[in-house]
Amino acid sequence: MSESAITITNLTKRFDDITALDNLSLEIAWGELFGILGPNGAGKSTAVNILNTLLEPTDGSATVDGHDVVFDPEGVRKVIGVCPQEPAFYPHLTGAENITLMGDMHLVPKDVLKERVKTMVEKIDMQGHINRRAKDYSGGMIRRVSMLMALISDPKVALLDEPTVAMDPKSRRAVWDFIRELKEQGKAIILTTHYMEEAQELCDRVAIIDEGKLIELGAPEDLMEKYHAKNLEEVFLKLTGKKLREAI
Amino acid sequence: MNLRRILALTRKDLKKLTREPAVLFLLIIFPITITFVFGLAFGGIGGGTTTSFDVGLLNLDVTGPQADWGHEFIGNLTSSGVFVVQYYDDNVTGQADLLQGSIDAFIIIPEGFGNSVVSYYDAPFNTSAWMNTTIGLYVDSGSLMAVSAVPPLVQEALMKTIFGADAMAIGLPVEIGSPALVESSTVTQWDYMAPGIFAFSAIFLTMIVAQSMTYERDEGLLKRLRTTPASSAEYLVSQTVTYMIIAVFQVALVLASSFVIGYRPATGLAGIAFTFVIALAFSLVAVGFGLIAATISKSAEVATGVSFIFIMPQMFFGTFMPLGGATEMIAKFMPSNYVTEAIATLFLRGAPITTPSIWTNLAIVSVVGVILIIVGIILFERFGSR
Ligand SMILES: Nc1ncnc2c1ncn2[C@@H]1O[C@H](COP(=O)(O)OP(=O)(O)OP(=O)(O)O)[C@@H](O)[C@H]1O
Ligand SMILES: [Mg+2]
Repeated sequence: MSESAITITNLTKRFDDITALDNLSLEIAWGELFGILGPNGAGKSTAVNILNTLLEPTDGSATVDGHDVVFDPEGVRKVIGVCPQEPAFYPHLTGAENITLMGDMHLVPKDVLKERVKTMVEKIDMQGHINRRAKDYSGGMIRRVSMLMALISDPKVALLDEPTVAMDPKSRRAVWDFIRELKEQGKAIILTTHYMEEAQELCDRVAIIDEGKLIELGAPEDLMEKYHAKNLEEVFLKLTGKKLREAI
Repeated sequence: MNLRRILALTRKDLKKLTREPAVLFLLIIFPITITFVFGLAFGGIGGGTTTSFDVGLLNLDVTGPQADWGHEFIGNLTSSGVFVVQYYDDNVTGQADLLQGSIDAFIIIPEGFGNSVVSYYDAPFNTSAWMNTTIGLYVDSGSLMAVSAVPPLVQEALMKTIFGADAMAIGLPVEIGSPALVESSTVTQWDYMAPGIFAFSAIFLTMIVAQSMTYERDEGLLKRLRTTPASSAEYLVSQTVTYMIIAVFQVALVLASSFVIGYRPATGLAGIAFTFVIALAFSLVAVGFGLIAATISKSAEVATGVSFIFIMPQMFFGTFMPLGGATEMIAKFMPSNYVTEAIATLFLRGAPITTPSIWTNLAIVSVVGVILIIVGIILFERFGSR
């Protein structure tokens, strides 16, 4: 196990004339639940997608569990669990089959996989629907299945891009508990979200980015103190100066 | 490459067959329906009952001084009314017509036929003085009626010619050769169409491949897979394996359903096995085209249209549509045509499995398939997968 779970060093990503990430540097420890906050288009997904090897950085570097995302993407893919912002799933497969398929990709031993699907499904309260075709799921059900698709391999590093969007309060709480459990197991978790109470509730530290630049970094309670705010949302609004819009 | 990943991905795709009605229809129900509809409409399955036989005749003994014997023989052949005689000037045309089932038998009166009969009368008991000749008798061996009825009738006409109406034969100077060089059946239109159904069914794999790849790309599934340890090689192998399995399935279903409606291809187990092999090779062609179509297409809807660019010509110039002249030239560029050709050679012409042309066809389809799939993979990886 490498010293820190994730290191991001002077990371820059440009799409033609848009600079999505601008010289971002972060370090995330094992057992840390790290939130990336920022308005729409701030570069949150871009950062996550560089870490999950889908995008190559224009400049700078990043490692996950010591594996460089550019030079050792295979090494990175083995240790990460990815929950994309847009949940991708096979509509003709059941929820359980979608989750199992991801377990197969990670070569999780068959018996372990079967058992794990069962326990994880119960944790997110999907046991009643898990054998239905995914195409018939509601938005929140899809999100929950997508989350398990990311975590079925029991990854050391979880990259969750807005995992709780579209979930009802009960499901969201269930997912929070689930995420906390992952953290207790010593995993490193990156979570992007537009729900400030979620970040405040869950995250050990948050990075607030805007236009690709890191504008603040710290534990939610420290930031609230620093900016004399009663919650993280106030901090966020003060820093970004923009009205928070939720991307659903 | 990991087998478990490949199988898991393959299973995922095969499940579409039973769960997505459109896929099930296009790949399974459609080929079966086509087989039933065409087989019953164009088959006249069981063969029309023949009360007379169309017989082709080539008389090579026309110029000699004893040519009358040949005319006599022809007279005896036609007198019964069972044979409807059609005259030919050369062997090739006659054989070709027999092959296509437009005549039931082809008789060749050899040069020196008359001399042979005369030599018998000159020395009836001196067999060594006879001038032996052989009448060529080619019967449509696919037609049970013709095989059983024609040779004895010809024999009878020959006896009449040599010994007169009531003669009994002890030995004959002229023997009937009936080599089974050419086999064909009482050919209906369906017999021509049947070989084309196999390629026809598999062609539509292209569309399903193109649709499913563009779908997986657009819905972010390819990306999702790319964040797992699954390699794109494993993914593409799984795609190929999936559609090879489906192609085998299609051949089995088309064979079974055509068998049900009474179709009996003029081939044995080896020929059937060959059909599966060439269908496997052709599935590579279909998947290759599918990958190329997916690369060009911006969305799954567009992919449907684009795949028809590859499907249409192969359908028109390589399945059961009649070819000739210019279309035959175009067909030379259609992989499906080689599949149909090979299967027709086996099923329609009854050629043995050792026939070189079918192996050439298989080689062409395989090579083209491998090239297309490599080109497809390169294009899709480079330009189509994101
Ligand atoms: N593939 C791409 N091509 C061009 N521009 C892109 C691409 N991906 C992202 N961008 C741009 O990069 C910037 C950052 O996008 P990103 O998706 O990282 O934002 P985000 O913080 O995740 O926003 P949201 O909260 O809406 O999810 C945006 O301006 C976006 O338009
Ligand atoms: Mg985003």
